[in-house]
Amino acid sequence: MRYDCILIRYGELALKKKNREIFIEQLVKNIEEKLAIFPRVSVIRARGRLFVELNGYNHEQVISRLKEVFGIVGISPAWKVPSEIDRLKEKALELVQSQSAQISTFKVVSKRTDKQFPYRSDQINREIGGFILSQIRNVKVDVHHPDLFIHVEVRGRFSYIYGNDILGLGGLPVGVSGSVMLLLSGGIDSPVAGYLTSKRGGKLCAVHFHSFPFTSERAKQKVIDLAQHLTRYVGTIRLLVVPFTEIQTQINEHCYSSYSITIMRRFMIRISESLARKHGCLALVTGESLGQVASQTLESMNVVNAVTTLPILRPLIGMDKLEIINLAKEIGTYETSILPYEDCCTVFLPKAPKTKPQLHVTEKQEKLLNIEQLVQEAVEKTEIIDLSPDQENKEFSYF
Amino acid sequence: MIYLDNSATSRIDSEVLSVMTEVMQDIFANPSSLHGLGGKAERLVNAAREVLARQLEASTNEIYFTSGGTEANNLAIKGIAFAYQQRGSHLITTQIEHPSVYDVHKQLEEWGWKITYISANEKGKVDPADIERAITDETVLVSVMHVNNETGTIQPIQEIGQILQSYPKIFFHVDAVQSFGKLPVHPKQWKIDLLSLSGHKFHGPKGVGALYLRQGIQLSPLMVGGGQEQGIRSGTLNVPGIAGLAKAATLADQKRVEKTKKVLKWKLSFLEQIKANLDNVMINGDPTPNESSPYIINLSFPGLKSEVIVHSLETKNCYVSSKSACSSRLEKPSRVLLDMGLTPREALGSIRISMGLDTSESELVELAELLKTVIPSLQHIIKDQ
Repeated sequence: MRYDCILIRYGELALKKKNREIFIEQLVKNIEEKLAIFPRVSVIRARGRLFVELNGYNHEQVISRLKEVFGIVGISPAWKVPSEIDRLKEKALELVQSQSAQISTFKVVSKRTDKQFPYRSDQINREIGGFILSQIRNVKVDVHHPDLFIHVEVRGRFSYIYGNDILGLGGLPVGVSGSVMLLLSGGIDSPVAGYLTSKRGGKLCAVHFHSFPFTSERAKQKVIDLAQHLTRYVGTIRLLVVPFTEIQTQINEHCYSSYSITIMRRFMIRISESLARKHGCLALVTGESLGQVASQTLESMNVVNAVTTLPILRPLIGMDKLEIINLAKEIGTYETSILPYEDCCTVFLPKAPKTKPQLHVTEKQEKLLNIEQLVQEAVEKTEIIDLSPDQENKEFSYF
Repeated sequence: MIYLDNSATSRIDSEVLSVMTEVMQDIFANPSSLHGLGGKAERLVNAAREVLARQLEASTNEIYFTSGGTEANNLAIKGIAFAYQQRGSHLITTQIEHPSVYDVHKQLEEWGWKITYISANEKGKVDPADIERAITDETVLVSVMHVNNETGTIQPIQEIGQILQSYPKIFFHVDAVQSFGKLPVHPKQWKIDLLSLSGHKFHGPKGVGALYLRQGIQLSPLMVGGGQEQGIRSGTLNVPGIAGLAKAATLADQKRVEKTKKVLKWKLSFLEQIKANLDNVMINGDPTPNESSPYIINLSFPGLKSEVIVHSLETKNCYVSSKSACSSRLEKPSRVLLDMGLTPREALGSIRISMGLDTSESELVELAELLKTVIPSLQHIIKDQ
């Protein structure tokens, strides 16, 4: 089946009157970037919806990309036909025929933005519905719960016809909520946390703590791969790789091993905050879920939060591990996340980490370290890796 | 030299060769090694994987490297048969498959699976309706080749894929060894679940191929060991081979559209020549342009032995094939041609002429000239006309 265009609905956006314009502009921009690999498509704004004109491209390939754009609620492949009642009937019939094996009931839903068109909406409904019934046996009209909605929109010289909606991701277009700094470990949780924050419009920067030789180059590559994968949904990502070996060594040397995790996380937050300010991010995002491991108790969060004034967003807070895993699988980060490389959290894992650390003990322990200098050095030596969607591998020039 | 046996194997492209030489010398580490050198080799393998994924419009985790087309076919068919034996033990394939598909089914048959072999029509094409009729509740896999290696006939893959959409429990495997790199191949659009390809058929190295496996499908591995390729295919990765495969695929992708147009023109005028100048010749397969690969021509000279024709042309420094190379040492008429309804005598006198991306027009023109002298003189000597 060949379609002319794809209709995009954006639901929630339409409600937010004041910011609507900004949101739609961002959504159009994000869609255009997402579809840049199809140079002939064009995105057209219409009241309350968008049309992507395919100009010959396969609709399935375009739709599979649109399914990765936040802010889109519904997607329907559509035909663009001249606004003549007979042409509308023909196309509607074709639509029913293409799905006749799967459906037994339908309903025609027409809209007429062009009042010049000689039929009113309910007349269009009846004309088309009657025509289909006269042509195909075994299908009936059901105005309450039809298997197939036949949408007809008459807009001036051309009209659009489309069937049922394919679900989009929902959410808000990435970028409308400003930038956030995601702490990306390489585990299952943090990529999902980043995904969910972007779903609410947050643009991602990501920070990763790298402790070579305690963690391998593969562990770093894994994080790059994860961030690269997230670009499908969130567009460009700036990944910051912080050299963390020195700090971890110092903590291990000078502090109680039971407090090492807490102190390490406080360092991470301090560095992340400094990087967030440098790169224009207004919040930190972590993959923490309450009570999952020792560092994720409320006591621990209190002690860790104490080093920053930036909000720390924890979008996984209400999720069970299984739900997180399922979402990770859905967005495609799971397989990479479970690759078995050491990360900085597991290497120095003490035998008995403090599950309820105390702030004054933590602070006393940290006095043994030159915090400011360690943080500053780490920030200065941070490597910046800019990732963008559809980025080609440039390491090898062979292909 | 006139080399027209490209469906058996093709000459390696010099650019492919230089990539492989460089990789062998410089990126020699085991991609599974943890250190940086291993990491680099692994990244190279993944870059090559990306090349194939892009061409097949697939994700990188849907591409598995193998030792070639035969292994990819074995892995696909046995892998599904073993992994889904609880679901059912019936497989459907065709009478015209390459031995690396056909004989796998024969072997599974010996092991207790039920197999339906669908016949082709006189042009070498399988009818999708026959496939649908063969489906039972027990069916787990349908395996049909894209381009037949002997006749070049293109099978109705899209139609079969469409039919199988109504049977979501049945997987669809396509042997694309003769088409990938020459004709368009769209596994997702055509609703293919598994697809095999081989490097040396499009000017890449021998000993390397790949299997496309749609995400979410289980496969029982044939090789177990180090757990490479997500556990689907253990064994140290053939890094230079994989790089060569990806390079060859890249070059083929750049050349094939232009080349296909030319090759088709050459094929049609070659067939005109043959029909006009030779007696007692049959064109096997489907000569209609879109129904058959422009790269493959199959002729029969009933009464002559294909082997004798091959050797006679060889003395003139011209290389063609009798049947497919893998089975050409057996004095048996081609199963494929017999299935199409040829008599044993007709089938025994068949030769296959196959072009590649580096074939020139003059090769085909010269072959036509050679046949014009060789065939009549053979027909004169061998009186079984």
